[in-house]
Amino acid sequence: MRLHRSSPGRFVFAAILLALPFVIDALLGHGWVRIADFALLYIMLALGLNIVVGYAGLLDLGYIAFFAVGAYTYALLGSPQFGLHWPMWVVLPLGALIACGFGVLLGAPTLKLRGDYLAIVTLGFGEIIRIFLNNLNAPVNITNGPQGISAIDPLQIGGFSFGNSYQWLGMRADDVHLHYYLFLAFTLLVIFISRRLEDSRIGRAWVAIREDEVAASAMGINTRNIKLLAFAMGATFGGISGGLFAGFQGFVSPESFSLMESVMVLCMVVLGGMGNVGGVVLGGVLLVILPELFRNAAGPVQQALLGKVVVDPESLRMLMFGMALILVMLWRPAGLWPSTQRRREFAAENSVLQQEQETVYDASK
Amino acid sequence: MEILLQQIVNGLVQGSVYALVALGYTMVYGILGLINFAHGEVVMIGAMIALTVLQTLLAAAVAPVLAVVLSLLAAMAVCMALGYSIERIAYRPLRNAPRLAPLITAIGVSIVLQNLAMMIWGREYHSFPLPFNSTSHQLGGAIVNDVQIAIVAVALLIMSALMWLVQRTRMGRAMRAVAENPAAAALMGVDINRVISATFMLGSALAAIAGFMVSANYGIVHYYMGFMLGLKAFTAAVLGGIGNLRGAMLGGVLLGLIESLGAGYIGDLTGGFLGSNYQDVFAFLVLIAVLILRPSGLLGEKLAERA
Repeated sequence: MRLHRSSPGRFVFAAILLALPFVIDALLGHGWVRIADFALLYIMLALGLNIVVGYAGLLDLGYIAFFAVGAYTYALLGSPQFGLHWPMWVVLPLGALIACGFGVLLGAPTLKLRGDYLAIVTLGFGEIIRIFLNNLNAPVNITNGPQGISAIDPLQIGGFSFGNSYQWLGMRADDVHLHYYLFLAFTLLVIFISRRLEDSRIGRAWVAIREDEVAASAMGINTRNIKLLAFAMGATFGGISGGLFAGFQGFVSPESFSLMESVMVLCMVVLGGMGNVGGVVLGGVLLVILPELFRNAAGPVQQALLGKVVVDPESLRMLMFGMALILVMLWRPAGLWPSTQRRREFAAENSVLQQEQETVYDASK
Repeated sequence: MEILLQQIVNGLVQGSVYALVALGYTMVYGILGLINFAHGEVVMIGAMIALTVLQTLLAAAVAPVLAVVLSLLAAMAVCMALGYSIERIAYRPLRNAPRLAPLITAIGVSIVLQNLAMMIWGREYHSFPLPFNSTSHQLGGAIVNDVQIAIVAVALLIMSALMWLVQRTRMGRAMRAVAENPAAAALMGVDINRVISATFMLGSALAAIAGFMVSANYGIVHYYMGFMLGLKAFTAAVLGGIGNLRGAMLGGVLLGLIESLGAGYIGDLTGGFLGSNYQDVFAFLVLIAVLILRPSGLLGEKLAERA
């Protein structure tokens, strides 16, 4: 995915990205543009989690909590719930900031933990957030409980609302198209930051901690601050995409922030290839689109083959999803597109091996 | 006072079930260092099999005691086969893979099992038919029924049997050896794969029993029941010190008690602000507190570098 600055491929790629929603709309219909929007949201989430899991090696199973914090911040401050209608450019950064605070809140006490212990604590943290969102409707109603908050203000900059349709030069752009461009802009920003981080001192410190924490701290890395920073940055990205999600959907409820969602995002990171931005994007695209494909295809295919719908497409979809997770991991345990660093390590090992073999071969000649 | 006693009784019953499921987690973790995320689903499948067999047998007018025993045995047999297959398919090929890979396959297995169960048994809640009248007894102000007494008694029995098995038998010694150091155990002639398979089957059989117990206690079976139960049981295992059998038992019972007391008193403590619907928060709060204060759990040894 690393395209050179001068290469014409870059412009072609940009053109494809810009034309994509209209192409999708023409070929597959409106619903699929919406799915593309969700894919972008999930990619943002996965990239955020990639900082925590992929770079720093901290296994986080409660990541969706930050998404929830961002979404609920937007929902509470920009809806009739409290009668507040704060503008998007205040609420979105605020949500990111609060999510960042929660990231530090989670990170600070768990710094000593690692591996599975950390996984289970973060899982517990995610569940606690969800239970509170679910129950904070009595005696004082804050989150509206399981019903969630609806009629959330659309994403809006000045007089321009992403929730409306506009007519330009005979082209009609609906809300799903407009959101696509907004989300694309944010996703590219997150990708840009991720890549820059990867090559920075901080990124290298994260990788050092992932590979060997003791050695890293012996080399003078402040593991505490660096880990906290990973949690905080990951959470911030989660908070931003949460806010965008709330504005896009116009509705949030605790159901969208279950453990299954955390697992889904983690799967995107791991399936795609931990620590590799391109791999994570690939994982996000695949895991959003494939199940949708399947959901749409499962009913008609059964109808055609068996004459009726025998198995509920929804559970069949999840069944296939589960099987895909197992198969991909058995087939490529390092993910579909592992990070270049890993590949380099492998390549280095191989070339050393080859040299040794060649020497033996040469000697015997 | 009556509430206190009643909540303690409830907590002990629930805690016994947690303990049985937690044993499954802790045994696998002790040997493979792997969170078997699919374990909760094994509990659910056990409950479903027991339900189906019990319904069939009772419809065929088999003697109630026989029906209960047979359905329990059937559930155990199916779960053991399931546990064995899960290990063979999803974990064994990945033993030397990156650490996250088996975690993802475990999640995959759990999703597959849940949706298979949904296809076979449907989305609805099934009521679990118990062929006896479970009479209630007064116990110093608290009310206990026969099913609850049986649950605690059976759990105690099974736990002592397991301790005996691990401490005194050849297989138990092999298990401890593999948990200590797989390579060294293999050099000493222990068939590691056999020991791991046996561990999975043993844990799954316990899960089947636990599934039967939960269903009998609440009278309800549902395809989603394994999820939260598994999570709680894993919490219990971590609380006690994962990898430690006694820890799992202690953690299970403690977690049951904390939850039940917490749910009983939270209303009074917060002046009615928070209600018993926060019950699930306790499990996780306690977990976080314990891990921060004592990262290796109550009875666990310090795992210095196990990431």
